[in-house]
Amino acid sequence: MHEMALCEGIIGIVEEEARKRAFAKVNIVCLEIGALSHVAPEALKFCFEAVAARTIAQGARLEIVETPGTAWCMACSKSVEIKQRYEPCPSCGGHQLQVTGGEEMRVRELEVD
Amino acid sequence: MSSDRIIQVERDILGKNDRLAADNRARFQADEVLAFNLVSSPGAGKTSLLVRAVSELKNGFPIGVIEGDQQTSNDAERIRATGVAAIQVNTGKGCHLDAAMVGEAYDRLPWLNGGILFIENVGNLVCPAAFDLGEACKIVVFSTTEGEDKPLKYPDMFAASSLMLINKIDLAPVLDFDLARTVEYARRVNPGIEVLTVSARTGEGFPAFYAWIRRRGAKMKQTAMATQD
Repeated sequence: MHEMALCEGIIGIVEEEARKRAFAKVNIVCLEIGALSHVAPEALKFCFEAVAARTIAQGARLEIVETPGTAWCMACSKSVEIKQRYEPCPSCGGHQLQVTGGEEMRVRELEVD
Repeated sequence: MSSDRIIQVERDILGKNDRLAADNRARFQADEVLAFNLVSSPGAGKTSLLVRAVSELKNGFPIGVIEGDQQTSNDAERIRATGVAAIQVNTGKGCHLDAAMVGEAYDRLPWLNGGILFIENVGNLVCPAAFDLGEACKIVVFSTTEGEDKPLKYPDMFAASSLMLINKIDLAPVLDFDLARTVEYARRVNPGIEVLTVSARTGEGFPAFYAWIRRRGAKMKQTAMATQD
């Protein structure tokens, strides 16, 4: 259940931003979640409502932008897109891949009142 | 008229943990402590492996152990029985150790000047992958009683680890364990992962593990000297 800890991290960021930038209500929390990150967007959505209750983010909608997984194929010497870590290179079928993107778990922006 | 406004944030969800992990890492470096984060599924044999390792290494270096479990102090007691200092952290409902827990536990250990810190994470192949504790690297303990395809089923953990210790290798013949297939699957998710086979029960493979630890220690000292220059 690390989704709970991640949701607590999101609420912590929202509360800090509220203090710094003086807003009292959040309508939308927009996240960027990579395809190769440590969480499934559906699991975050499931937990968010419970963790947000009685905080400044209560009732806020979670919007998730999913970014693709990218890797550098050492055999092909080029960047390729992968959906899972164990997937082979779509060009050569090899596994000499270094993940270069898609591990993000970020709060991108907030829509506030 | 709506008063809605958009605020750009661009902050990592795990930013707070990552900052605390960076603090831990700086403290370990200042103390010249080599810290390993041991991760595995429950029952892979992390504690048995540590009991043997700390017993055999304790005369060479100061050693401390941080034990993470949901409940009980059984594991810390098993370590303390060897004469090595151990702090038990109970995560309660939590499924992983985080950097704050490790920082507090490190405060309670004796000074490990130039020694080794083993952090035994909660037995869980999912959540601990996401939480940096400030360790030099993660070591994933996999045992021959688990399926060979575990690296494919739990890729994040095998991708996050520098070393895979394959434990219970003494049981491999009884289990028809396919070592080559396991290593091939682990390298599909992490081409750079190193692999050693051990048996915490018989002691097989431990000298190679200690040699690996010494190499990591030498590498840490080189990096520290290069940073000072």
